Amino acid sequence: MAPIGGPGSLFEFEAVESEPVAEFSSGAPTRRRRIRWWRLVVLVLAGVYFLIPIYAGLKFSFENVAGHLSDQAFRDLPSAPGFTAALTLSLKLALATVVISTVLMVPTSIYVHVRVPQLRRLLDVVTVLPIVIPPIVLIVGVLGAFPQWAKASPYLLSFMYVILAMPFVYRSLDAGLGAIDLKTLAEASRSLGGNWFKTLWRVILPNIRPALLSATVLTLALVFGEYTMASLDLWTTIPVWIVQFNTSSNGHIQVAASMLGLVGTWILLVLVVSLDRSQSRRSRRKLGA
Amino acid sequence: MTQMKVTPMTNSMVQPTAGVGAAVSLENLVRTFGAVRALDGLTLKIEPGEFMALLGPSGCGKTTVLRVLAGFELLDSGRVVVDGVDLRDVSARKRDMGMVFQSYSLFPNMNALNNVAFGLRMRKQSSSVRRKKAVELLEMVGLADQAAKYPHQMSGGQQQRVALARALAIEPRVLLLDEPLSALDAIVRAELRDQIRLLQQRLAITTVFVTHDQEEVLSMADRVCVMSRGHIEQVAPPSELYARPVTAFVAQFVGISSRVPVDVSNGEVVVFGQRCPVRSGEGSTLTGGVDALLRPEDIAIEVDAEGKGFVTRKSFFGAMTRVVVQTGDISVRVDVRSDVGSDIDLGTHVRLSIVARDVLVASRQEVVVPDAAATP
Amino acid sequence: MAPFVIYSFLGLGIPALAVIYEAFRGDSGGWTLSNVNEIVHGVFLTGFENSLKLGLLSALIPGVLGVFLAYAIQTSKSNTLRRLSATASGVLANFGGINLTFIFIATLGSTGVLTYWLQDLGIKLTSIGFNLYSFSGVLVVYMYFQLPLMVLVITPALGGLRANWREAAENMGASSWRYWLHVGVPVLLPSILGGMLLLFGSAFAAYATAETLTLGLIALSPIQIGNFLNGNVIAGQTHVGYAIAFGMLIILAITMIVYSLVRKRASKWLQ
Repeated sequence: MAPIGGPGSLFEFEAVESEPVAEFSSGAPTRRRRIRWWRLVVLVLAGVYFLIPIYAGLKFSFENVAGHLSDQAFRDLPSAPGFTAALTLSLKLALATVVISTVLMVPTSIYVHVRVPQLRRLLDVVTVLPIVIPPIVLIVGVLGAFPQWAKASPYLLSFMYVILAMPFVYRSLDAGLGAIDLKTLAEASRSLGGNWFKTLWRVILPNIRPALLSATVLTLALVFGEYTMASLDLWTTIPVWIVQFNTSSNGHIQVAASMLGLVGTWILLVLVVSLDRSQSRRSRRKLGA
Repeated sequence: MTQMKVTPMTNSMVQPTAGVGAAVSLENLVRTFGAVRALDGLTLKIEPGEFMALLGPSGCGKTTVLRVLAGFELLDSGRVVVDGVDLRDVSARKRDMGMVFQSYSLFPNMNALNNVAFGLRMRKQSSSVRRKKAVELLEMVGLADQAAKYPHQMSGGQQQRVALARALAIEPRVLLLDEPLSALDAIVRAELRDQIRLLQQRLAITTVFVTHDQEEVLSMADRVCVMSRGHIEQVAPPSELYARPVTAFVAQFVGISSRVPVDVSNGEVVVFGQRCPVRSGEGSTLTGGVDALLRPEDIAIEVDAEGKGFVTRKSFFGAMTRVVVQTGDISVRVDVRSDVGSDIDLGTHVRLSIVARDVLVASRQEVVVPDAAATP
Repeated sequence: MAPFVIYSFLGLGIPALAVIYEAFRGDSGGWTLSNVNEIVHGVFLTGFENSLKLGLLSALIPGVLGVFLAYAIQTSKSNTLRRLSATASGVLANFGGINLTFIFIATLGSTGVLTYWLQDLGIKLTSIGFNLYSFSGVLVVYMYFQLPLMVLVITPALGGLRANWREAAENMGASSWRYWLHVGVPVLLPSILGGMLLLFGSAFAAYATAETLTLGLIALSPIQIGNFLNGNVIAGQTHVGYAIAFGMLIILAITMIVYSLVRKRASKWLQ
């Protein structure tokens, strides 16, 4: 599964402006028409392949038990047993994860960027580790090694979610910091009399706001989608609730909740893309480009 | 680009053996991209074994000509004829032309030897033959010891030399060079320039060389075709091109020209108080108020307290010094030998005179040439 | 710096070390190799085999298809198409496990939309060996997001294929076929392999979808680990779960090492 923290996070989400890849220029017009046709077939097939499940999801969500068009599933959702509890838990965990992650990663990234650039390589490696050590293995180790008082709290999950989120939080912050010429800003602020804290608060943070927001959004998406660790740690977050919820509504509520999750993910990711763009626009303005 | 006074050398031309290089004829080439006419009815004949340079600013269509020749661009109308054969239905890969691109055209997954041998491999030659020829060619460009190196392990100059060897390996009828030296630094560029020219003469391959650098062109080519906006301004050997430009564009793109407003009467103009015939060419039919286009070496300068001009700038170029003289509201650039030039200080009053045989004229404020005229 | 190091150690180091440690501990204390021995036999070996199979299939099929799809997208002249696909790939590649699982139940489950459509066309899914709630179903769901993931990975590499190479090859007499054979594919190969390794690792280690669809009933390593945690263990084998996790760690570590080697090669050529 590709949770947000998985391999997918290592690659650019944003729509990169790119040139069309060169095709063979010569060749009779008929041959080029054939290539164009083949490409069209591939694209149409791909489009259909990806849209069918989405259509199915929508259909199921907007059907009631009798098979008629209705938004019953969505209306029943908030009052479904356990839903509010699960939602609350997920929200709390998400908040905790975001806070811990920010407090941990922002100073670290800045510190590495400004003081010890050599460590960037090490940091790159460490943030790839969550892929080598997947959630299933992590949770086994955690449950085996951590003391009981830690395991009694759901925030253990938050603690671990920070680890899962590390790769892309770091990458996002790193990209943001890289784009704003941090060293110069920091030195300028210090020479004007600001101490480290003020520098951080007033100079650096405002300039990497988009990167920060982007990292936060991705973290949110992660927390609301994570199932493996939550279910094995026996906490009922939203994904766990969806799986365990089983009534005679024939899965409509579950599918409806899942559709909400997917739409939510989509919105969040679109947000990330536009945040990334605004971060690079910011830096381009800075460099006077 | 620093525009030094380039004394064009006469290129020693090895008489090509008949039938070695191909004869190329471009007839009325028209190619439009959207609203832009990249080629506007261009007609050009290239002799067998000739080194023809296409010179012009970016966007003038010179690269399009090359790509049309190579088969990478289609034509809207016109013919490309090589050795009497119309190439309309011949695909790029069957044209037997070797092309050297501006940069990064070596296949990154092959070492130098295999890159050079690639064309031979496509022609199904045996591996021993391929190896032998590839080694020969690498020796010809002086890189025999780099045969096992990969492109990312070579410098830009080395890569271009391998690219050249690769193009020559297939014994092409025409050699096409698309600004091959533009991405290289100055010293490497100069070395490669000589090497390319020597090779080309030795092998007597018809060569088309595209560039925006006039220095390259003047020292390498048998003939230069100056292009602008899809059409030809002038085709001539370098010395003639330099000394006797026939259009204002050529006068200002190749070498430096100063514009001096004068009046034409009876085929003569009066410049700096002297009478001078008008050069035959583009502007010879003009009457009334025109601009005279003067090369820095067409003008002589003499210190004279009564002189109407005074020196506003001086630039030292080694053997020669370029002096900018303000007379009236025009600025004129004059080249003098540096030992003479050291006596001429800023603000000195001077007298100017014409030492050329005739003077090229153009209509007042005709064409503005990008970047070529922007230097002292 | 220090907080980060401590945190990483606590969150990554300790669990990993615990897994390795416990893999070699017996149920009554003391060191033993019996756990490791256990996992290379019988049902646990089957679990590894199935997981590897799942990983490989889900790397190869979307891997190859992804290249073609990415190429089809990138050679289009339409800017909007390319931008749209880039965003779409990014979104689809990150569709979380559970959400996607239920959407697929809606599609290919026993009352799924596509199931009915196919039945109308006379095709019964079970008769062609497909069952959403077993291996084939898990594979199909994985492919849904692995394909966009591959497209995301391979697109920059495709962009790195310079037009010059293509034209130089053509100039030297190569047909489209021979260009791909001698230049295009070899240059892309490191990136393709890298992408496939990533897909493999991701599919191999995935838990959520497999567990939800099969209710922990098919033999896949992550699921077997899950069973141990849920208490579905045979007495005397409580540490075998750790051994399985340990086995997974080794396989994934190898995968990532090969991946980084392959990436280095790719970056050298596609500067």
